[in-house]
Amino acid sequence: MSQIYAVLVDGVMYAAWLFLVALGLTLVYGVLKILNMAHGSLYALGAYAGVTLIGPWVARGGNLYVSYLLLVLAAIVAGGAIGFIMERGVLKRFYGQDPVVLLLVTYALFLIMEDAIKLVWGVDPYTVSEPYSFLGNFDLGDLSYPNYNFLIVGVALVAGIGLTSFLKFTRSGRLLRAVIHDREVSQAMGIRVSRYFVVTFMAGAVLAAIGGALTAPTVSVAPGMGVEIVVLTFAVVVIGGLGSLPGAAFGALLVGLVRASAVHYWPQGELFSIYIVMALVLAVRPKGIFAPMEARKI
Amino acid sequence: MSSAICSHLRAPGTWLAVIGFVVIGAAGLALPQWQFLVSVALSKGIVALGLALLLRTGLASFGQALFFAVGAYCVGLGMNYYGLTELFALLATSMIVSAVLALVLGFLLARYRDIFFAMLTLALSMICYGLLLNNVELGGSDGFNVNAPTLGSSAQPWQLTGTNLFAVGFIASIVCVMAVALYMRSTPGRLGPAIKDNEIRVEYLGTSARANIHLTYVIAGALAGLGGALQAFNIGHIDPDMAFWTTSGEFVFIAVLSGTRFAFSPFIGALLLEVARAMAYRYAPNTWQIVMGAIMLAIIAFLPGGLTSLGLVRRKPAGGHPVTRTTATASGDAA
Amino acid sequence: MASKHIIEATGLHKTFGSVTPAKDITVNIDAQSVVGLIGTNGAGKTTFVNMLTGYIKPDRGEIVFRGKRITGLAPRKITRLGIARSFQIPQLFGSQTARENIEIALAISGLSAELANESLARLGVLEFADMISGTLPEGVRKLLDISLAMVCKPEVLLLDEPTSGVAAEEKFDVMNRVLDAARALGITVLFVEHDMEIVRRYSDRVLAFCDGRILADGTPDVVLADAQVRELIIGETVSAAPGTGNVAGEVAHA
Repeated sequence: MSQIYAVLVDGVMYAAWLFLVALGLTLVYGVLKILNMAHGSLYALGAYAGVTLIGPWVARGGNLYVSYLLLVLAAIVAGGAIGFIMERGVLKRFYGQDPVVLLLVTYALFLIMEDAIKLVWGVDPYTVSEPYSFLGNFDLGDLSYPNYNFLIVGVALVAGIGLTSFLKFTRSGRLLRAVIHDREVSQAMGIRVSRYFVVTFMAGAVLAAIGGALTAPTVSVAPGMGVEIVVLTFAVVVIGGLGSLPGAAFGALLVGLVRASAVHYWPQGELFSIYIVMALVLAVRPKGIFAPMEARKI
Repeated sequence: MSSAICSHLRAPGTWLAVIGFVVIGAAGLALPQWQFLVSVALSKGIVALGLALLLRTGLASFGQALFFAVGAYCVGLGMNYYGLTELFALLATSMIVSAVLALVLGFLLARYRDIFFAMLTLALSMICYGLLLNNVELGGSDGFNVNAPTLGSSAQPWQLTGTNLFAVGFIASIVCVMAVALYMRSTPGRLGPAIKDNEIRVEYLGTSARANIHLTYVIAGALAGLGGALQAFNIGHIDPDMAFWTTSGEFVFIAVLSGTRFAFSPFIGALLLEVARAMAYRYAPNTWQIVMGAIMLAIIAFLPGGLTSLGLVRRKPAGGHPVTRTTATASGDAA
Repeated sequence: MASKHIIEATGLHKTFGSVTPAKDITVNIDAQSVVGLIGTNGAGKTTFVNMLTGYIKPDRGEIVFRGKRITGLAPRKITRLGIARSFQIPQLFGSQTARENIEIALAISGLSAELANESLARLGVLEFADMISGTLPEGVRKLLDISLAMVCKPEVLLLDEPTSGVAAEEKFDVMNRVLDAARALGITVLFVEHDMEIVRRYSDRVLAFCDGRILADGTPDVVLADAQVRELIIGETVSAAPGTGNVAGEVAHA
């Protein structure tokens, strides 16, 4: 029985992390209709920026609660800046082309970012684990969970609820939903679509970076950490339906629970159980589970 | 019939291929220090050739590394577990296994387009990567070594190394280019660009777009398997990284850089990639991917048809709204 | 009598969510006739065409083409059997020339590429043969779209709004060319139209759709003078005296 609890708790914690990291990807797709392969690089950027900021802070004995804020701050600055440069500098020149062309453009950006990160931070790993271990553990029966994971869950909930509320209740949010629904009509109605594009892409980048920054204390920050994220977040997001926020939450939960089950019952399958789930879901519901209906074409 | 052959032979793509292969052959034979690099380029070019067929149909596969790895591991398993060293047997096995796998996967994949197709193929190759990584008997993350293939009777096998191995890749490339060129001129081959332009219209003209996509995927899979087998011989080693999605990304880069206009096109990109990479590693190792990314952006922005679309006479539009597709591939240009 | 009806539709019924654009539609089409389909948007005429050509599967009902049941078959199979269509928005291979478009259609039908000039000349678009189809004027694109449909010499040709988007002075030209060619090849033509003048001039028979049913069925004079048709579809008030001359108005969009 405790195995099932373990799977549930593990699954939910992992799901929260997945949701936080994947949220930006589905948001950007929903608004700009771009699948950003550089999302993983922005995640890595956030991690590197995070440890760069809190490394010296922690080393000088700074307050560890503040370090969490610093992580988020570093992510916001780094993600926002690079997101802005990516969108205004590169992406906007290719709007209106095939979605595959844009995919290739984001792939090119991913390549550039991977090396750019290496050039700036070098190839040696960074480890700042104090913020992670500082919060201690929480014991559930004979299992022990780092309290830091609850922080991630909390941030994921805040991000999800915050974004959903923004879309539902604020004026800008409603305008953004109009842009998501139909770009051309929105433009015709006077909405400054390009402004929404920049802000949304920056938000997506910031969310990816926050995901990376908050993950940084739990891992060794090294080159290539964004590479796996690209496929993982895509799997999460596509299961739920590209562009759907509740879909991303559902996808994250499903993937989280499946992975947790794999870890406990079939460890060799952990790595690719996620992709099998994705393939199965897509075989049954080609556009994902919460994907919106499409209008007749002819 | 003979006039058709004559027009094939006079086509610009044929000239390009002839000149290109002469240059490659000369380089490989006369410059032994470049031989390995050229062999590698040829193997990757064959993979990119299959990918180019998919791109012509409007599908970007980010998962050709799957068949690349499968082809390579077929060679590895064939040699180390079944004692099979004969060249043609190994190449045939790699291609057949890859083709069958592509046939099976095609039932799922042929239903998808655009981003979904790209990312699904990516995910499938990552499943393969995971399987290979975890498989201890197959060497796990280290992979295992592969010996040289042999030719001829089992009594006096002729080991293929060095220049002989280069010749194998060289001849294989020529055969592939010829076969693909013929395919591109056939009706199924010409359906590719039509499907890319307007799949609905293709269906309403009486043929199945999905069947054509499925076929194209099988061909691309077989070619990628062949490339993987050849690469296994070239390097003498196979490992799970051959299935990693960034390997697929390299093939995508080659295909985008080269363009899909001619059957020979991908080999230009493959050679440029290997040469540029060799130089980058020597002088500026951590900037190689920046260079790749920048080149890709430049190509997509300024020469979306790839390098071989240079000199393509832009047919004058009749006025009115411009064509929105970025790659203008004319069936008459296929060599 | 069955051999005279090239298409027999029986009890076709289709519901999309809260809308039912086909309510038990039963109609027979005579071979080599020219039938105009009229009705407001959403009345069911395009749904009817889509069911005939395989884009939509009816919930109930059957469609028989030359004695063969084609209900629910895939579009490509229906095309192979001999029913071809053109589209409201011309569906062309936009990055290729007009000639290349036709050559693809010929190749799919297993016909020689040498027939391309003949196909292009049939509807008079040969002069545009080497221009990129995506950039041609709308009237030419429409004709090319219809040419593509005619490449395989179908027995039935379904035209979805063949003159919509075409300049007023070109409309008759388009219809003349298409129907002359169709008549020469013995093709049965069904066309959806909003322009009543075109309907009156070119159809042998008019089917007026309203709210998923066929409201009126007969010769153009009869149908276009029908009071209900005039009120619900053409948009004239009932008090206008019937038979007062050409009904040149466009359909009222409900």
